[in-house]
Amino acid sequence: MTGRISLRLLSVGLFLGAAGCASFYEIPIETPIAAKLDVSAFQRVFIAGFLAGGTEDVDGNVETVRLLRSQLRLKSNLKVVDADALPLLEVAANTGAEGQAAGPSAVETKEPPHPSSLKNEKDLEPYEHIFADADYWKKIGEEYQNPLIVTGTVVFTPHSQSGMVQREQEVIDALGRRRVEPVREYMERKGFILAEKFIFIDGRTGAQIPGGETFREERLYNQNDNTPALSSYFELMDDIIPRFLSTLSTQRVRGSRVLIK
Amino acid sequence: MRVRILTAILLLTALTGAAYADARSEAKEQVEFGIAVAQKGLWKEALYRWERATQIDPTYAAAFNDLAIGYEHEGMLEKAGAAYERALKLEPNNPMVRQNFELFKEIHDRTNQSQTP
Repeated sequence: MTGRISLRLLSVGLFLGAAGCASFYEIPIETPIAAKLDVSAFQRVFIAGFLAGGTEDVDGNVETVRLLRSQLRLKSNLKVVDADALPLLEVAANTGAEGQAAGPSAVETKEPPHPSSLKNEKDLEPYEHIFADADYWKKIGEEYQNPLIVTGTVVFTPHSQSGMVQREQEVIDALGRRRVEPVREYMERKGFILAEKFIFIDGRTGAQIPGGETFREERLYNQNDNTPALSSYFELMDDIIPRFLSTLSTQRVRGSRVLIK
Repeated sequence: MRVRILTAILLLTALTGAAYADARSEAKEQVEFGIAVAQKGLWKEALYRWERATQIDPTYAAAFNDLAIGYEHEGMLEKAGAAYERALKLEPNNPMVRQNFELFKEIHDRTNQSQTP
């Protein structure tokens, strides 16, 4: 990629050299990329909470709520509702699959599953009926003045992989010259996978808004690195957040172009 | 008779050449003005000038290149793509237009990719 850009710049330089007095001006530009969802009907956004599973080391629900809210405060025009993250697993565990919330007549409440027992997206499926429960979301919407509600699933799981990996190694030849050679070697690596599904709900009606997003990212580290789960979670979220934000708000991509006379 | 035809052809060629040169210099004025105002951040005015330039001289690749950049800055990505393509059709080997177009495509492709579920 860098090589391609260097070649391009070189060819531009050569062209300019050849053209001699050609007039051109480099100018910085900011390209606005329109939000994918039309959120013009909302003034507020409520990052409600997530069905979370995976490692115990990171609370996927709380961390995701906190991170998305802080990013939206910085990079969106919507007012971010500040309230506790909803314990969605608990709510879903006490709600029938047909979407009827357990009323006051329900004698006992079910214990929600432990997140570590939910190892992948499939394990969360039995609880996903909560997203279709329009009555529940409408009540939440009324409570927070009809915001756009963001919810979904977060699965953050440890992952390890072994196999041949190519890396670059510096070698010194017989004449003492340094050069870099690709070396393939067997390596055991471990890391994390972050799978997130974002669901958008209209707080006025409780209905899902078409245009949910699904992301899956993974990071692998050298086995001796001992990267903490939380820092890996933030690294993975760094890749996901720009794409999440582009769903809700116009993003500006900075770059430069060449104007020609 | 032959002399008359030859004279007519020469006259026509000279007039066409002059008209072409006039159109190009008028378009160039618009382009230069557009560049000056774009550098001051007045992109709407620049866009108007570059649009005028392409109407005055539809064979002026630089005007289409600058117009494409103006469209990009205003978020009109479809129009920007069409203007770049027009500029490249007029000057396929211009590396500056090519570079601008490549950079534009990177953003455009990324946008389209993220819009696909």
